[in-house]
Amino acid sequence: MNHLFLDNSLWRNIYCVLAGESAECAARDYSSGFLPGGMEWLAFLLAAAAIIGIVINAVLGGVIVLIWGERRLFGRFQSRTGPNRWGPFGTLTSVADAVKTMFKEDLVPAEADRILFNLAPVLIAAPALLVFSVIPFGVGTYVADLNVGVLFIMAVTSLTTLAVLTAAWSSANRIAILSALRSVALLISYEIPMALALVGVIMLAGSMALGDIIAAQGIPFILVQPLGFFVFFIAAMAEMARAPFDLTEAESELAAGYLNDYASMKFGLFFLAEFMAELSTSAIVTTLFLSGWKGFDPIPSHFWFAAKLIAVLFVIIWFRMTLPRLRVDQVLKFAWKGLFELTMINIIVTAVLIAIWPQPTTGQLWIMAAINWPVAIISIWGVSKLLGTPAYENSQPSADAPTYPVASESIPAASVLGADKGGD
Amino acid sequence: MAIKTQPVTVNLGPQHPSTHGVFRMRVMFDGEEIVDVEPVFGYLHRGSEKLAEERTYTQIVTLTDRMDYVSSMLNNQAYILAVEKLAGIEPSPRGVWLRMIASELQRIASHLVATGFLLQDLGALGTPLIYAMRERENILDLFEMLCGARITNSYLRPGGVFMDAPAEFWPALDRGLDDIVNTIDELETYLSGNEIVFSRTKGTAVLPPELLINASVTGPMLRASGVDWDLRHRAPYDYYDKISFERKLHTASDNYARYWVRVQEARESVKIIRQCIEQIEPGEVRPSFDDVPRLIRPPAGDAYAAIEGSKGELGFYLVSDGGIAPYRMHVRASSLINLTLLRDMLIGGQFGDLFVTFGSVDLNMGEVDR
Repeated sequence: MNHLFLDNSLWRNIYCVLAGESAECAARDYSSGFLPGGMEWLAFLLAAAAIIGIVINAVLGGVIVLIWGERRLFGRFQSRTGPNRWGPFGTLTSVADAVKTMFKEDLVPAEADRILFNLAPVLIAAPALLVFSVIPFGVGTYVADLNVGVLFIMAVTSLTTLAVLTAAWSSANRIAILSALRSVALLISYEIPMALALVGVIMLAGSMALGDIIAAQGIPFILVQPLGFFVFFIAAMAEMARAPFDLTEAESELAAGYLNDYASMKFGLFFLAEFMAELSTSAIVTTLFLSGWKGFDPIPSHFWFAAKLIAVLFVIIWFRMTLPRLRVDQVLKFAWKGLFELTMINIIVTAVLIAIWPQPTTGQLWIMAAINWPVAIISIWGVSKLLGTPAYENSQPSADAPTYPVASESIPAASVLGADKGGD
Repeated sequence: MAIKTQPVTVNLGPQHPSTHGVFRMRVMFDGEEIVDVEPVFGYLHRGSEKLAEERTYTQIVTLTDRMDYVSSMLNNQAYILAVEKLAGIEPSPRGVWLRMIASELQRIASHLVATGFLLQDLGALGTPLIYAMRERENILDLFEMLCGARITNSYLRPGGVFMDAPAEFWPALDRGLDDIVNTIDELETYLSGNEIVFSRTKGTAVLPPELLINASVTGPMLRASGVDWDLRHRAPYDYYDKISFERKLHTASDNYARYWVRVQEARESVKIIRQCIEQIEPGEVRPSFDDVPRLIRPPAGDAYAAIEGSKGELGFYLVSDGGIAPYRMHVRASSLINLTLLRDMLIGGQFGDLFVTFGSVDLNMGEVDR
């Protein structure tokens, strides 16, 4: 409670508006609240509920904006306009889509396991939202600063796969099952490099709490941990099954994969969760590698956070628009033979540097960056050489390549037009 | 403990986003590996060949448009050549040059569509497809200048084409050719050196040239295996004997080679069109109606004419009983014949490669089912 009171300004402000003559609020110029004395417990609960409500609504609003922005960007990347009919610049398109989705018929396949089928959309939406409970959106603006924040994020994001498997299994669809098995394979492979990529960050910050990690970033950790960032970013893209790793949805192969049998708002929840995952990944990258809400002074911290978030989102959307999909075996090979090695190199180099400078100052962080960048570039180049596809050695045919008989020899000349003109 | 596994049969299509129309496959999977494929044809059958028996020779041109709807001009050309051979019509030189220009433009458009959809099957979310389609739009604009139609052109007539190109067509064509070269350069920059494209397509669905020849596969699929077989060179029709062009060959015979051959052929088509522009001379675009009446009555007999279509040898076989309509028409549809090797290409491969391989055949269901 004390911890919440000192750091969490969001919580403190709401609490003090509600609570009566409490000592903590008086010390901070809140003379009295709406509730009578002795009702601090109710103020505590209401404040918590209010914060959760604010964060959930902010995230859902963010998703609506993100869907619009992503579709507009798609349009720009594909030299077309994108949605522009409903509302200024098409901003209300997502609203119209949501209304349409809600009014669609809610179909359940006859052979589906109804309980699991209805449970899966909830299972996928809840963890996607839970991630935001530990993200600091600005100075003192968070739901909870867990001391195992990074671990919590890793645990909660993996739950998505459980929901995908539930959805696929319950809809009794073979294509969906194929998709879910791919999802599990992706999770098993990419969870490991993803977690190991963060070890460097945790070592540098000396803590798993996101607040401490932001505080430790004298310079953004993307400069100190380029390899960690590279691996984490790719693994996170795979984790949320975005192109070029969209194997679970793989429109050109599996139609919509595990979503095949979902309709109406159940589909809407999956859709929402997909975009929430994109938002939460960007938020995690921003927090862990781009120094979160830190920035320079006249601009408030929340704007810094939003600006960095949007920059990361742009890169994710850019990747999604540009790159074709990898095959399953290639994706798994890339995780185990490529990313895993890179994280190991990163951990060893960072461990050595931490042994030299146990609690790095900003200047020492710059030195670490100067050492880490060449390591990153050389190791990424090496892995790309090892795993890259070699070019064709010789692609031009030799003189004795087989060929069809020439038209005038064995094929009746009358049946081939212009055979009398000579041909070859 | 041994885990008991068994293959799973999955029905893909006909309503599947990547079947290039309405094609159906019953595929048996062992995990991600394809064990068996059973193609099911016929969902787009419209009876074009039977319909032709009820129409006059000029009217059938509109039916051929609708067979392979991304290369209508080439279908027109193959059919018209068969009619000319059947009825002994001597075409007008300017008409022949114009239809060569039109069919080469159509070849570029078809190859661009094939490349775009191959990338779509590879999982690129529409961007390369739209880049390719954007250039195809420019070609369709040129067709609109030529004949007023964009997709189902019906531009060709026995003996030539039905109208001359307008004056503004020639500068537009010149600009268009430059744009096409730029677009192909751009596509190649993004795709040919792209590691994901290369690793996904290299070494997948390899077909030996002997197998291709035995299955009478033609077109870019065959040339991607190193077999130098191009009807424009081997059995020149129209004025292709007055044109010099390179036959682009690749020996790998995999999905990448097929993509590569198509892109290079599009480049060669640009060169062919430039040579056509140099050699074309003013004159009539079709013989007068005294020589070639609107209602052609070829003498009884049969004729087969084939051209190098965008997908392979595209042939029309016509039988005449002396009437105003053919007694029988048969189409050698290159898409269908190229598709006969589907099982050889797919079995043993990965699920992820299934639709890529399918797309690399560059089939068109309108032509397969007719």
